[in-house]
Amino acid sequence: MIHIIAFYLFAVLLIASAVLVIMSRNPVHSVLWLILAFFNAAGLMVLVGAEFIAMLLVIVYVGAVAVLFLFVVMMLDIDFAELRAGFVKNFPLGILLAVVLLAELVLGFGAYRAGTLKLGEADGTAATIAGRSNIESIGALLYGEYLFLFEAAGLVLLVAMIGAIVLTHRERTDTRGQNVSKQNKRRAEDATVNVKPEVGKGVTL
Amino acid sequence: MIGIEHYVVVSSILFVLGVLGIFLNRKNVIVILMAIELILLSVNLNLVAFSAFLGDLVGQVFAMFVLTVAAGEAAIGLAILVIYFRGRGTIAVDDIHRMRG
Repeated sequence: MIHIIAFYLFAVLLIASAVLVIMSRNPVHSVLWLILAFFNAAGLMVLVGAEFIAMLLVIVYVGAVAVLFLFVVMMLDIDFAELRAGFVKNFPLGILLAVVLLAELVLGFGAYRAGTLKLGEADGTAATIAGRSNIESIGALLYGEYLFLFEAAGLVLLVAMIGAIVLTHRERTDTRGQNVSKQNKRRAEDATVNVKPEVGKGVTL
Repeated sequence: MIGIEHYVVVSSILFVLGVLGIFLNRKNVIVILMAIELILLSVNLNLVAFSAFLGDLVGQVFAMFVLTVAAGEAAIGLAILVIYFRGRGTIAVDDIHRMRG
C-alpha cells in the first residue's frame, strides 16, 4: 500500500515539476523545479530497487548539472522577458505537437498491451546476484563485462572537460599576470652588468 | 500493484513535456537545455524501470552511460552559451545563424 502511495506521490510531483520547468517565467525557478524533478525521479528509481542509479542521479544531476545551470543563469545578465516573446505564439503548435507525440506513444503502448509486440527476454546473465545488493551487482557487471565501455565513458567526460575549458578560456590583456617560466629562465648574468667607469668620463646607460 | 506500465506512462509524459518545452521556449537556450535534460531523465527512468522489471542490470549500466553523456552535454552546451553571450550580449537563438566559424 505504502509502495503505491509513494509511486503516485513521486510520479505526480515529477510531472508537475516538469511542467513548471518549461512554464515558469524565471529560469532560476526553472532550475529549482528541475532539481525537484530529479529528486522525484530518483525516488521512483529507489522504488524499483535501483538505488545506485538513484543516488547517482542525485549526486550528478543535482550536485553538478543543476548547480552548473544555476551558476550560468545567475552569472549571465539576461533580459528574460524579451526571450519569452514567442511563448504565446508557439503555444498552440507546441501543444498540438505534444498531443500528437503522446498519442503515438499511447498507440505504441496499446500495441504492446494487445500482445502484437514481443519484447526481448532477459537471459539472466546480467541478473542481480542472489544475496548481493544492487550496487555490488552493478559493480561486478561494470568492472567486468562492461569495463571498456566504462573507460570510454571516462574518456567522454575527459573530452567534455577539455572542450569546456578550451571554449571558455581567454587570454586577458587588461590584467598583468605572473609568467613563471619567464621568471625561472631569467639569470643574474642577463639582468645585471658590471662596469668599471673611469674617473671623470661618466657612464653610458 | 505498480507495474512496468505505470513507469512507461510516467516517462512518456515526461518525454512529451521535454519536447513541448523545446517548442515553447524557442528563444531561451537555457530552458531548451533544461528540456533536453528532462528528455534524458525520462529515457533514464524508462531504462531503469525495464531493467528492474525484466531482472537485467544492463539497463542500469546503460542508464549510467546516458547520465555521463548528459553531464558532458550540459557542460559543453553551457560553455558554448557563455562564449556566445560574451560576444553578443544576449542568448536569443533567433539570430544564432550569424555565428559563423
